[in-house]
Amino acid sequence: MAAAEGVGAGAEVRLQDLTKVFGAVVAVQDVSVTIAAGSFFTLLGPSGSGKTTTLMMVAGFLHPTRGEIFVDGATVAGLPPQKRDLGMVFQSYAVFPHLTVFENIAFPLEVRKLPGAEVRRRVGEALELVRLQGYDRRLPRQLSGGEQQRVALARALVFRPRVLLMDEPLGALDKKLRAHMQLELKRIQRHVHVTVVYVTHDQEEALTMSDRIAVMRGGRVEQVGGPAELYEAPVNPFVADFLGESNFIDGVVLTTADRRALVRADAGLEFWGVGATPLRAGERVTAAVRPEKLAPEEAPAPELNRCKGIVAEVVYAGDASRYRVSLGAVGTMTVKVQNRLASRQLASGDPVELAWDPAHTRLFPASVSE
Amino acid sequence: MRADGETALAVGALSAGSAERREQWRHLALLLPALLALAALFVYPLLGILFRSIHKTSYTLEFYRQVFRTPVYLTVIGLTFRTATIVTLLCLALGYPLAYVLATVRPRLARVLVIVVVLPFFTSIIVRTYAWMVLLGRNGIVNQYLIALGLAPAPLPLLYNAAGVVIGMTYVLLPLMVLTIWSVMRGIDPALVRAAHSLGASPAQAFRRIYLPLSAPGIAGGTLLVFLLSLGFFITPALMGGPSDVMIAMLIEREVEFTLNWSFASTLAVVLLVLTLAGFVVYNRLVRLERLFEGRS
Repeated sequence: MAAAEGVGAGAEVRLQDLTKVFGAVVAVQDVSVTIAAGSFFTLLGPSGSGKTTTLMMVAGFLHPTRGEIFVDGATVAGLPPQKRDLGMVFQSYAVFPHLTVFENIAFPLEVRKLPGAEVRRRVGEALELVRLQGYDRRLPRQLSGGEQQRVALARALVFRPRVLLMDEPLGALDKKLRAHMQLELKRIQRHVHVTVVYVTHDQEEALTMSDRIAVMRGGRVEQVGGPAELYEAPVNPFVADFLGESNFIDGVVLTTADRRALVRADAGLEFWGVGATPLRAGERVTAAVRPEKLAPEEAPAPELNRCKGIVAEVVYAGDASRYRVSLGAVGTMTVKVQNRLASRQLASGDPVELAWDPAHTRLFPASVSE
Repeated sequence: MRADGETALAVGALSAGSAERREQWRHLALLLPALLALAALFVYPLLGILFRSIHKTSYTLEFYRQVFRTPVYLTVIGLTFRTATIVTLLCLALGYPLAYVLATVRPRLARVLVIVVVLPFFTSIIVRTYAWMVLLGRNGIVNQYLIALGLAPAPLPLLYNAAGVVIGMTYVLLPLMVLTIWSVMRGIDPALVRAAHSLGASPAQAFRRIYLPLSAPGIAGGTLLVFLLSLGFFITPALMGGPSDVMIAMLIEREVEFTLNWSFASTLAVVLLVLTLAGFVVYNRLVRLERLFEGRS
């Protein structure tokens, strides 16, 4: 409460060996991450990966089977949700349908028995923060989805929690509105300095909004890192595929030089790549290459990997074109090319030579890829 | 008032295009069978009752005078309303927590419990009432247990008195209360209560400020339904009540079956109807039913 106007102080959140078992199902297993105070942290994963279960344990709606949760160094194990002082925005918004916008946002202040004048002032500030001035007397059913979302956000921030938990908050909005709300959320977070723990299955959303991301699968954290780190240096094929998109080629390491390795694909193609971990000659690997790193070129530079293929399919997407290029026995690669004014459009059936940088070819030992 | 009506009509005429009007006719056509059935089976007999209550050999208000001048009829009417009120409150007290359990347990368990709640409807009300008479008698199971557990020194009078009537009626009407409240509670998003907790509300605060108001339409509907049905109850009070536990429906039956004074029976029926409608109007003022029935989001 001592914080300056509109400025909450975010708390550090630390999860230690967090585990949740439902009957025979391990929903979350040994999750240990530290979320820096005031940062935007995302739990990213497909459905069933344990991300929402993890969030619900932080919120206090589920009890961990094992492990601890610390907020600013203090364990919250014994505290019920209402004593944790964490703001939460639900997937369904959970705006109280029988209360006006004002009453919704005033709710957390009134259960804390704040004086009426203070409640009115703070609700006014919160409405301004989410740009809903003048909506205070409306009922939720008179609001659009995006507006209800803002009410839920204002309500979760008005009591100045140290941490804001968000469970797929933008899932129900259309694409344009979602992009707009992403920017709004970032603006609001910068303004109030709250620590955000955000759950989503949308990798694009995670990349654009987060300071750090934990990619989850099957209840475990696969990798934690900044957006660029996860995108450029995934530790395994799952992360490479879930965050963005990747072409995969299986093969065997022929020779190595530092982290670089020459790989012979099962279908004969040879190319250089960089190991996610140190590699040995003879080891089986899966190579991952992003579609936008592959370039159709007429005269590729000698230091680049290259191979010949035939355009099998063209998908024009305005800003870019996606080609499915058949490489014969190696398989089919997806290639993404920005549509610059000068670039030549390829047509289905055109022969093409693809070139790509060995630095953009990530090699995972077969043991990592299961 | 009149001016308002005219404006509304004018606006209606302006906005209603021919397509809209055709749509209205189609709705009317769909309602027609129900309207005809209501007219033939409800409105026509009701008019007959109204007519008979003021006409025997000639038009007369004698029967109404009789009702309001004989203390016993007023006593019975008072008793009827008192019993209905007690039964309604008991049903609410027992039914609300039960409906809450139904609405919050796992879906599969909820299905089983709903069947348990509805199960009594599969047996005739008379059979069930006789079963209660066996249970509640002087040497019935209930009294035997009470004495064995030391909760009562001698058999309690649970039958052939007001207690028997209230127990029997509460039992019969409870499922209706439970189902009405449950149907509303089912539509309450559980995330709303969680949201209240996450915003700092204690369980009591979350219930009072969020869950109770959201389930209020169920309480309103359930109490109204149980109360109105209680007013006209016949079998249970007739079998489980004592000589002084006479409800208005029993008086009507007596006039129809034994004294064959159909006009007086009609008068009592009309009095019951008018009092019921009056009760509905008062209730409507108090709880604003139309506001509760507005679309919940």
